[in-house]
Amino acid sequence: MKIPYYPGCTLHERARDFDVSAKESAKVLGIELEELPIWTCCGAVFPLVTDSVMEILAPVRNLSYASRIGDSVVTLCSFCYNVLKRANKVMRDDADKREKANLFLRADTEAREAIESYTLEDYEGQVEVLHYIEMLRDVVGFDKLRGKVKNKLDGLRVAPYYGCMLLRPKKEMEFDDPEQPTIFEDFLSALGCEAVDFPMKTECCGGFQVVRDEETAISCSQNVAASAIRAGADVIVTTCPLCRYNLDVKQEDIAGRVKDWRKIPIIYFTQLLGIALGIDDEHLDFSDNYVDPRPLLAAKSAS
Amino acid sequence: MEKRIGVFVCHCGTNIAGVVDVKKVAEELAKYPGVAYSTEYTYMCSDPGQNLVKDAIKKHKLDAVIVAACSPTLHEVTFRNAGRASGVNPYEVEIANIREQCSWVHQGDKDAATKKAIRIIKTMVQKALLDEPLDPIAVPMTHRALVVGGGIAGIQAALDIANAGYETILVERSPSIGGHMAQLSETFPTLDCSQCIMTPKMVEVAQHPLIKLMTYSEVDDVSGYVGSFNVKIRKKASYVDRDKCTGCGICTEKCPAKTPSEFDEGLAMRKAIYTPFPQAVPNKPVLDAEHCTYFLKDGKCGICQKVCPLDCVDYAQEDEIVEEEVGAIVVATGYDLYPIASVGEYGGGKYPDVLTSLQFERMLSASGPTGGEVRRPSDGEEPKEVVFLTCVGSRDPESHMPYCSKVCCMYLTKHAMLYKHKVHDGQAYLFYMDVRTAGKGYEEFYTRAAEEDDVLYIRGKVSKIFEEDGKVMVWGVDTLTGEKIEIAADMAVLGLATVPNPAAAELASKLKIHTDEWGFLSEAHPKLRPVESLAPGFYLAGAAQGPKDIPEAVSQASGAASKVAALFAEEEYHREPIIAWVDEDTCAGCRVCISVCPYDAAEFDEENGIAHIQEAICEGCGACIAACPSGSASQKNLTDDQIYRMVSAALED
Repeated sequence: MKIPYYPGCTLHERARDFDVSAKESAKVLGIELEELPIWTCCGAVFPLVTDSVMEILAPVRNLSYASRIGDSVVTLCSFCYNVLKRANKVMRDDADKREKANLFLRADTEAREAIESYTLEDYEGQVEVLHYIEMLRDVVGFDKLRGKVKNKLDGLRVAPYYGCMLLRPKKEMEFDDPEQPTIFEDFLSALGCEAVDFPMKTECCGGFQVVRDEETAISCSQNVAASAIRAGADVIVTTCPLCRYNLDVKQEDIAGRVKDWRKIPIIYFTQLLGIALGIDDEHLDFSDNYVDPRPLLAAKSAS
Repeated sequence: MEKRIGVFVCHCGTNIAGVVDVKKVAEELAKYPGVAYSTEYTYMCSDPGQNLVKDAIKKHKLDAVIVAACSPTLHEVTFRNAGRASGVNPYEVEIANIREQCSWVHQGDKDAATKKAIRIIKTMVQKALLDEPLDPIAVPMTHRALVVGGGIAGIQAALDIANAGYETILVERSPSIGGHMAQLSETFPTLDCSQCIMTPKMVEVAQHPLIKLMTYSEVDDVSGYVGSFNVKIRKKASYVDRDKCTGCGICTEKCPAKTPSEFDEGLAMRKAIYTPFPQAVPNKPVLDAEHCTYFLKDGKCGICQKVCPLDCVDYAQEDEIVEEEVGAIVVATGYDLYPIASVGEYGGGKYPDVLTSLQFERMLSASGPTGGEVRRPSDGEEPKEVVFLTCVGSRDPESHMPYCSKVCCMYLTKHAMLYKHKVHDGQAYLFYMDVRTAGKGYEEFYTRAAEEDDVLYIRGKVSKIFEEDGKVMVWGVDTLTGEKIEIAADMAVLGLATVPNPAAAELASKLKIHTDEWGFLSEAHPKLRPVESLAPGFYLAGAAQGPKDIPEAVSQASGAASKVAALFAEEEYHREPIIAWVDEDTCAGCRVCISVCPYDAAEFDEENGIAHIQEAICEGCGACIAACPSGSASQKNLTDDQIYRMVSAALED
């Protein structure tokens, strides 16, 4: 079964481990993630201006590309998911913006034809934007996933970290309860892990502030990681390259400030999925982690 | 024979005469076909003015009267009565509004205003020419009332109606009357004990010779109309012969099955066969089959049946439907708290030391699960820092309810105060958006909490509550200083929004009475008819209509009861005859009128294949008349012909 896949820029650069672990795991589950033949940056942040459509053209173009090869598109990065899903909702609900965006799409068709060899058609919001974990729940099914698990990670205490972009704003994302979400816990239970509830699971990691105001990002990340550690987690799983970066790499700074800081590995949920499905480490690529999860994971999956 | 119409032009002091040339108007109308007499006077509504009308009717042998004056909402009834007194059918007395619709809006142009006044009156002459004499529709009246809901509002309404001398049936869903008020500890702003003022009223209900109390019962269906409703009431199986039972309590004592008590908001357990609280009325148990060992384990138990000295327990008992005839219905179905599960930002109910306001009431109550001591449910310790939150789910249009729940500011102030009275070295924090104290003695009560009991009021909202290391962590903001606040508290109390009782929505649809978008019952007019539903014969009381405190609920209940008593004062119920009727000769039986009728007054006559309007139900809204494709439906005294002639007169040169 093929499902259109929008990786987004980061998954081809810094988060290649996220990309490869997701694709390999999907294969085991009988799904081929078919990367869009053409795609661009999603825009990275959903625009807060309400009177302009320029800012949603990038996500709309990508959705339009997806509409040529399927009726849904799967993505992984929380930011991409947030931007695509919200832009899609605008195209569904706002007739005025839909018309304007399509005018822009038509206007650059000619210029585009020279390089891309196909035209963009009017887009009405018909594509279903799915997060990979929604695909696991709704397309594969958590029950079926449970049956495919080879490595039961019994006793591994996993903190499911949602961050903010998957969940908010509630009425636009319609992903899960933004305050008490459970989809990650359900996923972890399918893998046989123990989900650790920790109060900071939906708090911000600092996001893009890491570029402008590193201190903020460090304190946000510390807040999240410390909460998971206090709750007894062995590892934190995330669904966002930026969360991964902040929580993982910034532990170097945190460790320099907090006495006896116990470093906790941060991995993508697809890497944990890969381990559970019996995919070897090579295809899951833990080479980029600041806090190396391999010793812990080896100990747990061997047991 | 052409009708003889009298036209009476009122000056309304200078209200009309200052702008309209009333003399000229009267003179012009005197010449108009059909008008037999025309005059003007300073104040037509005054006694001499009314006498002028009455005398002229007799002297000039008038068949119909037009009073050109103010809006019909003011004096239509006045002049109809004057007409009736002199032998003119009240429905042939018409008002031509030349004040609100003429003199008041054309003050700068006397000439134009005068012309318009003449036109307005001429249109009414055209209407009056075809008006038929009508009689109010008399509907038989059952002088018995039904009150749905046994909280304070329902209790008050039932007592007031019964004390006026009318039989009343009080239906309550739960095993006892008392409602939420029976759960409360003390009441603001006087701090008198809720149970102490409530239980005498409950007992009065039980002992009142004119009140038939039906607890553990629900209204299944209502048919009929004002004056003669037929109500089906489901007496739920209680598995106890409650007539025979003396309430000795031995069954409850011996029952081995336990489940969280609804009355104690889950802070204590109750038995499967139980009375909800010691002062319950009636003080006789019901058996809750969902939690009973006998029912869950195929007959293995039966202890209550064995120990009952009077052999009251009957496991084979079934629901029973009782039919009752009543003339009026008071709906007092009350409120509930917004579900704690809906406020995930405060844990959604997963933290034991984050309580709902009703849980805290039970904790404060001397008869409550802790005997009135404030204790953390998690470890039984006395909390030294407690945070109270107002507007939890209220005034939050983005995520929850947009409206103000009205009572939370005051009851949380009371909570904080009572907490301080019990835990002298404790600290109470109260987060608020605005402290709303609109009630007698309320502002003083709030001041007392802040000044004498040192409750720390923080203006701002709480963004998140979580428990960590045995503490209830509260993250909020003080918007007066602009600072973030973090309190490591021992307990938090949520002032959850007031929402309509969830079962009330279902009942409202059975009763066919309107609710607002949140499910609160809609009153007929927000200011002038606050205790009536738009549907005739239905009256509203208490928090089912909107968030209310006790004095307001009681006032509204008494208001509703007095409306019922006024209705019952007549032997028959008289309805306005200006309603729709269907011409049997031209009706094609397409049933469009039935589909558009909002009152279910249009019905299908299967035998003749035509539509029929039930006079006792039709409100004269005109929907069927507009919808009827063959023009067979028309309104009495507002026929198409009349409207056509009125329009023609209005457009005449």
